[in-house]
Amino acid sequence: MTVIVDYGVGNLFSLRSSFAAIGTDVSFTKDPKIVETADKIILPGVGAFCDASQKLRETGMQEAVLNAAAKGTPLLGVCLGMQLLFDRSFENGEYEGLGLIKGDVIGLKDIIPQGLKIPQIGWNALSFTKDCPLFNRINEGDCVYFVHSYAAVGVEDALAATTEYGAIVTAAVQKDNIFGCQFHPEKSGEVGLNILKAFCEDI
Amino acid sequence: MITKRIIPCLDVKDGRVVKGINFKGLNDVASPVELAEYYSSCGADELVFYDITASSDGRKLFTDILTETARRVFIPLTVGGGINSVDDFDRVLKCGADKVSVNSGAIKDPSLVEKAAKLYGSQCVVLSADIKRVDGEFRIFAKGGREDTGLEAISWIKRCVDLGAGEIVVNSIDTDGVKKGFDLEMLKQVCDVVNVPVIASGGAGAIEDFITLFNSVPGVDAGLAASIFHFGEVQIKDLKLEMKKAGIPSRL
Repeated sequence: MTVIVDYGVGNLFSLRSSFAAIGTDVSFTKDPKIVETADKIILPGVGAFCDASQKLRETGMQEAVLNAAAKGTPLLGVCLGMQLLFDRSFENGEYEGLGLIKGDVIGLKDIIPQGLKIPQIGWNALSFTKDCPLFNRINEGDCVYFVHSYAAVGVEDALAATTEYGAIVTAAVQKDNIFGCQFHPEKSGEVGLNILKAFCEDI
Repeated sequence: MITKRIIPCLDVKDGRVVKGINFKGLNDVASPVELAEYYSSCGADELVFYDITASSDGRKLFTDILTETARRVFIPLTVGGGINSVDDFDRVLKCGADKVSVNSGAIKDPSLVEKAAKLYGSQCVVLSADIKRVDGEFRIFAKGGREDTGLEAISWIKRCVDLGAGEIVVNSIDTDGVKKGFDLEMLKQVCDVVNVPVIASGGAGAIEDFITLFNSVPGVDAGLAASIFHFGEVQIKDLKLEMKKAGIPSRL
């Protein structure tokens, strides 16, 4: 069973609807034990890094996600859920992430030229930087929907896709069984549904 | 490169889309859910649902429709109309809205913008401004464009962005319905003072109006329209092809 980690962050309505639309049975769980024994794990998240990482620890989900990741369970972080996968975030301070993928999360303002709007809101195209099974069912250049003010840097060989917003911005990452999307696949039309489908069926 | 968004707006009353609509391939042209699915399949980048019901029965129907649409359409959904409190935000977000647009509610109580931005994030709070020229200045109008609030528009918008509004819909009452193009002068002035996405509304009559909009006011992120899409005067697919030909980044 694929489980969506419910640790009290964000609205899960759209994710629920997306999985229903691709015909995948998912369960939402607040129980870390269920996360540890899941076949696949989705880590969602919106809002501030600090709040989310705190909630993840308090609910016992951090340990469960790390244990599952260590034994090879495929894990997909979405938006803030992806940012949590990295070593550190510098959103309003400095906070530790899960350390599953090398890299830091920093403000877009320190990545892109001045004058561009922050957050990046809207549809932007994906460039693939490696052969990642998440993209089995989509094409390079397909657009996905972004809403973010922070982005990952120093990702090195885990970088799976980028997008261009005045500079090259990390859009997706993968290291072994750990996957992450900065954009919102649940809001990215058919392309987004095909990414979720690839995670559920091809990985 | 980030693409310029095209956003159809659906006015919903008592669970039905108002304004005459004539589409091939749609069984029920007044069904908001069917129309939303149709627009999504044509390449709309986002949808705005505007609740124009006054009764509580109508409001319940609206949220039912929103829920059903959010189950079937996987592009961002913005909801406006009758948003006067944080509870109103909560009500529509729970039904699957991604963003909530405030207009008269913010004029009555500007702190609503601040409260909602703190609770749900700025990306969730859209300020919708109905603007008309009065005595040589841009003035904010309330109650669907019927009441002059006396507020100067540009400073009002700036104030709301400072309070946490994450996007601005600029609706020009002067060009609305005229179908001779967007209000470029007004849009330029707004883009000069804010660093959040600006959505142009009011005045689109043809594909060329969108091309002119994006070419002459680069700060505008999206074009919103209702009747020209509903009546099929402009097909979103054609519009996006023309945008691409004109070198305007768009999602095809």
